[in-house]
Amino acid sequence: MASILRLRKLHYVEPAVKCCSVGFESPKIDEKLDKKEEDVISANNLALGIKNKRKQGKEWRCVDSCCWLIGCLCTTWWLLLLLFHCWPVTLLRAPELPGPGVRLKREGLMALHPVVLVPGIVTGGLELWEGRPCAHGLFRKRLWGGSFTEIFKRPLCLLEHLSLRYETGLDPPGIRVRAVPGLVAADYFAPGYFVWAVLIENLAKIGYEEKNLHMAAYDWRLSFQNTEIRDHSLTRLKSKIELMYITNGYKKVVVVPHSMGAIYFLHFLKWVETPPPMGGGGGPGWCAKHIKATMNIGPTFLGVPKAVSNLFSAEGRDASYIRGMVPGVFDSAMLGLQTFEHVMRMSRTWDSIVSLLPKGGDAIWGNMDWSPEEGHVCDFSKKSHSQTSLSDNNVNNSDVKGGFRVKDLAKYGRIISFGKAASVLHSSKLPTVDSKEFSRTSTSQTLNTSCGEVWTEYDEMSRQNIQNVAADKAYTTTTLLDLLRLVAPKMMRRAEAHFSHGIADDLDDPKYNHYKYWSNPLETKLPDAPDMEMYCLYGVGIPTERSYVYKASPSSRCKSIPYQIDSSHSGEDNSCLRGGVYFVDGDESVPVLSAGFMCAKGWRGRTRFNPSGIATHIREYRHKPPTSLLEGRGIESGAHVDIMGNSALIEDILRVAAGATGDEIGGDRIYSDILRMSKGINLPL
Amino acid sequence: MSLLRRRKPITESSDSKPLLEKEEEEHHQEDDDDDDEEGNGKNKKTPSKIKKKRGEKPPSKWSCLDTCCWFIGCICITWWLLLFLYNAMPASFPQYVTEAITGPLPDPPGVKLKKEGLEAKHPVVFVPGIVTGGLELWEGRECAEGLFRKRLWGGTFGDVYKRPLCWVEHMSLDNETGLDPCGIRVRPVSGLVAADYFAPGYFVWAVLIANLARIGYEEKTMYMAAYDWRLSFQNTEVRDQTLSRIKSNIELLVATNGGRKVVVIPHSMGVLYFLHFMKWVEAPAPMGGGGGPDWCSKHIKAVVNIGGPFLGVPKAIAGLFSAEAKDIAVARALAPGFLDNDIFQFQTLQHVMRMSRTWDSTMSMIPRGGDTIWGGLDWSPEDGYPCSKKRENDTQITDQAGADNAVCKARSANYGRIISFGKDVAEAPSSDIERIDFRGAIKGLSAANTTCRDVWTEYHDMGLAGIKAVAEYKTYTAESVVDLLHFVAPKMMARGTAHFSYGIADNLDDPKYKHYKYWSNPLETTLPNAPDMEIFSLYGVGLQTERAYVYKLSPHAECSIPFKIDTSADDEATCLRDGVYSVDGDETVPVLSAGFMCAKGWRGKTRFNPSGVRTYVREYDHSPPANLLEGRGTLSGAHVDIMGNFALIEDVIRIAAGASGKELGGDQVHSNIFNWSEKINLRLDNEAMQ
Repeated sequence: MASILRLRKLHYVEPAVKCCSVGFESPKIDEKLDKKEEDVISANNLALGIKNKRKQGKEWRCVDSCCWLIGCLCTTWWLLLLLFHCWPVTLLRAPELPGPGVRLKREGLMALHPVVLVPGIVTGGLELWEGRPCAHGLFRKRLWGGSFTEIFKRPLCLLEHLSLRYETGLDPPGIRVRAVPGLVAADYFAPGYFVWAVLIENLAKIGYEEKNLHMAAYDWRLSFQNTEIRDHSLTRLKSKIELMYITNGYKKVVVVPHSMGAIYFLHFLKWVETPPPMGGGGGPGWCAKHIKATMNIGPTFLGVPKAVSNLFSAEGRDASYIRGMVPGVFDSAMLGLQTFEHVMRMSRTWDSIVSLLPKGGDAIWGNMDWSPEEGHVCDFSKKSHSQTSLSDNNVNNSDVKGGFRVKDLAKYGRIISFGKAASVLHSSKLPTVDSKEFSRTSTSQTLNTSCGEVWTEYDEMSRQNIQNVAADKAYTTTTLLDLLRLVAPKMMRRAEAHFSHGIADDLDDPKYNHYKYWSNPLETKLPDAPDMEMYCLYGVGIPTERSYVYKASPSSRCKSIPYQIDSSHSGEDNSCLRGGVYFVDGDESVPVLSAGFMCAKGWRGRTRFNPSGIATHIREYRHKPPTSLLEGRGIESGAHVDIMGNSALIEDILRVAAGATGDEIGGDRIYSDILRMSKGINLPL
Repeated sequence: MSLLRRRKPITESSDSKPLLEKEEEEHHQEDDDDDDEEGNGKNKKTPSKIKKKRGEKPPSKWSCLDTCCWFIGCICITWWLLLFLYNAMPASFPQYVTEAITGPLPDPPGVKLKKEGLEAKHPVVFVPGIVTGGLELWEGRECAEGLFRKRLWGGTFGDVYKRPLCWVEHMSLDNETGLDPCGIRVRPVSGLVAADYFAPGYFVWAVLIANLARIGYEEKTMYMAAYDWRLSFQNTEVRDQTLSRIKSNIELLVATNGGRKVVVIPHSMGVLYFLHFMKWVEAPAPMGGGGGPDWCSKHIKAVVNIGGPFLGVPKAIAGLFSAEAKDIAVARALAPGFLDNDIFQFQTLQHVMRMSRTWDSTMSMIPRGGDTIWGGLDWSPEDGYPCSKKRENDTQITDQAGADNAVCKARSANYGRIISFGKDVAEAPSSDIERIDFRGAIKGLSAANTTCRDVWTEYHDMGLAGIKAVAEYKTYTAESVVDLLHFVAPKMMARGTAHFSYGIADNLDDPKYKHYKYWSNPLETTLPNAPDMEIFSLYGVGLQTERAYVYKLSPHAECSIPFKIDTSADDEATCLRDGVYSVDGDETVPVLSAGFMCAKGWRGKTRFNPSGVRTYVREYDHSPPANLLEGRGTLSGAHVDIMGNFALIEDVIRIAAGASGKELGGDQVHSNIFNWSEKINLRLDNEAMQ
């Protein structure tokens, strides 16, 4: 359908352009003719009459030929459309290989365990239940997801409705936007852009249907506990899992969370066993009784650096898809700076983004001079050639590491540096960062009044502070949180009541019973369910944002965001720095470290985070771009969302859903350096 | 798709480039052509010129094509322009126009009640009826490729036109079991989208949902209990565990909303479905849901039945007997051109019949209660219904009495005769009718079986002798109609009687009534023990509703359905029109079926209602929409359109916000339901028997 639309657009534009060109040409020729004729037969009245007539005729002919052309095109279009619809359906699909679902069905796999899908951030649809007058007629229409036409028609209205209340992180008064329930919530994000649809279709092939397949849709803008407070999403999920467990002959469920859904489900696992009122009151054996396996796809267990840039300057490449979806609007000169601010203001009301900030501080993400990914090679094409097996990989890497250390070693630990110098200099040459120095001067001198109605917390910062922040400094993951507390104190205060980003020293400390720790794998224990399995399934082989080079924004007018990524910095060919961003291996959104560490080390075996010794398995999928356009987004993709169409991943999920264990599907499958990286991290287990 | 994409640029360039060049050439050569053109009018100018360029082609053909293209081009441009304007138009514009023409619209009930201060209180459960729920494909044969998770039923019905046979095949169930055929899985759409709109623009629940949302309802306090309406009620549990899901969801709604009981709103067949559910949920496992004897009183505040066919609908008989029900299978109404098409005619009807006969649920709507309720050969509760007159609301009762005495003694329709063969039979006094019992009749072996095409209905097994026997019996009452169906469609009815029952219980304590086949028949079950619960019966009145039929033998008895409604039979005085006798109702369900249980059967403490659940009858008099702009009207009483009736919505919202039946105003009656109920001689007292 998408291509049809595209086709249609093509039709529409082409004739218009041609028509215009014709239209512009003919008057010119007219003029020329006129001048000639004026010289020669100026006295001849008859000729004048003819000329007039001809003018009319020509004008008519232009419009006429336009119409004719459009008519022709429309007719051919309709003809082709007719042909397309009359086409036997099977003819078009003949060359397609049978999907994993069909193949596995032939092998005799049948639906066994009920499956619960937990969508991630931004991929779930949101619909309007109550709105302001400007949203008239949108009742129960999708504001988020779908065709996004309303964003073009009434952008400000939409932004207003999608924002949450800044103070509480809940609904603003008079506005109720709710998650779309059911499988339709996230099967397609936009028409033709699948998220879960391919997986669902393949599951259906081996016998799944609505009674044993459930989409745990939730409002992804809220903090996890708030989804329970406002919508009872966690209670609903619990009841749904219990129901499916019973109606499917007491078969445990297989949960498949994606992206942020992974930490949402982690939160759920804790919540469900905690006694009410804070928890679900399922009792300590609930998970062991109801859950067979959790298959996290592209999990953001330890956060994503992208969330940092998104919160800091609304510049995340695609952590929020908004920019990608509607680049025209946001980059347009007219709305320009305003739009960024609008987006920033909107996304800062979403608590969930804070849940994606890197967790674990310097111990995980590296400090000023060290990072676990150190020595990463960024020429991915080269790497994938040499990295045929794990043993090769190790040898190769150490070789390459030696070679590169001399040249240009990216210091990934400095997640934000101001100026390129700050990102490469040795730490001793940098001014130390001390959060206490950010003493906030009185806000009376701010430019609040002169600024428009777009309000971000940057407006409350004094110029002095803005410059202080930027003065040739570099921030690590720990100091970054201080930085965010400085630039957006209210947001952080709100969100940090719901999320925590540290590492627990003593997990038995009663303070860890609070829900704000539940979604941080480094501050909670996995449930006591020794038969459960944890999978980390993620793509590798795509450069993924890891740290940023910033600069102070040139136009520090009141309405702009004072910082932006310094995209002028790019390293040499082999460097990981491109456009002001340092890259590492990952799936384009989540670095390998965040997706794999917990399964590779944090939970492996019996650790303090995994006291019951839940088995963990890592399954990596190397990214291969689609070979031809016909393949669409590819069946071997490793990209964060496109991986949901990856045949190998689907096969793994189907096998587990049909009853296989992690060892039966082949145990670990690793292409990246995740084991080496994890070894480098010094975390008491 | 890809083919298209590739092909397009080629055609485009070949089309447009030469044209551009042509255009320019023309300008250069203009001077030479001037003289010729003078005489020609504006319009002929271009054709004649391009004719020259193209040379050999005959002028007439070309100019025709040209004009066509030009015309289409114009239309396209206008269309795009209008589309653009439409999209650029502010969303509230249509409302302004409407208000400018008809004057200010009344506030929708949701807005009005919100101003009164009503707020969402009790969670709400919707139970959709037959045909209004969407069905989607989960597994199909090759011909249904590409339709995965697309709606087969509901929505645009695009595929009915594109691959009708494939569609019929997928919508049919297995003839033997009434469950999925091998390799096909068609499942109900879940969530509110299942039945908010039946087809684009044709609302079912959408208006009610929108109004409930005004006072604060949302997904967490509303639940659409979508089920596969083709299956028998118990089979929805066997196949999809639908009843378990409803139970679990209601429990969840109650738990997450602070222990407030739910208000259940079933519509049409959903009424019977929910009746079944209430018995199921309290029955012990494995046949039931094992909720215990007080589940209903713990979880349900009120059951607000809308247009409920408690006692069945006569339409179901016509539908099963000859696939001719006016709209029980909406398929015909939706695609009349297609079904009435000359080429397909007999075949299509048979296809439809074959399909709908595999649906067990249609059998749940066969009239229940037999002659006691629906009347015998010479008697019916609706006797004397003045159909030709427009009812006047104020003088209704006196009017009725007058009619009783004057008009109807002379000539009144014999509604009790649900099927009569020939108009004379329908009108003759019972003593004059010679009937030959069909029950023992031998069915002739059908020679036609082999010659008929692959469409198979059970009529082919009957043979001519059987058909004749049916016609010889002349007239059928509600009781014998069931026998008739057993006779003409033994396999279907064998399946159906395993799931449904149509009688009246003598002794409700008989252990046999613990079987699920009795659960959806209000005359063979008791209401749950929930004295605080309330049962409402909300339905429209003032519309002509099918009640009895005049049939004839179809001329082509060989390969088609042998019986047909005799559309030539008309009689002003007795409400006979096109072979159908009608009474008061909501166009589908007669008043008797919708109202009797609440008006009499369950009123007070009866044997069907041992705990004395309070019942209320609320009728809504139909008045057609004043003009086209109103769409289907806000005062409609029609079976489905009533879901947009403002008065009904207001009542529903008040109940959901906590009002009891008494606060609502108790009964609200426009029809003669109490009169008619009086005439029905049904034993309600348990003790009287002993």
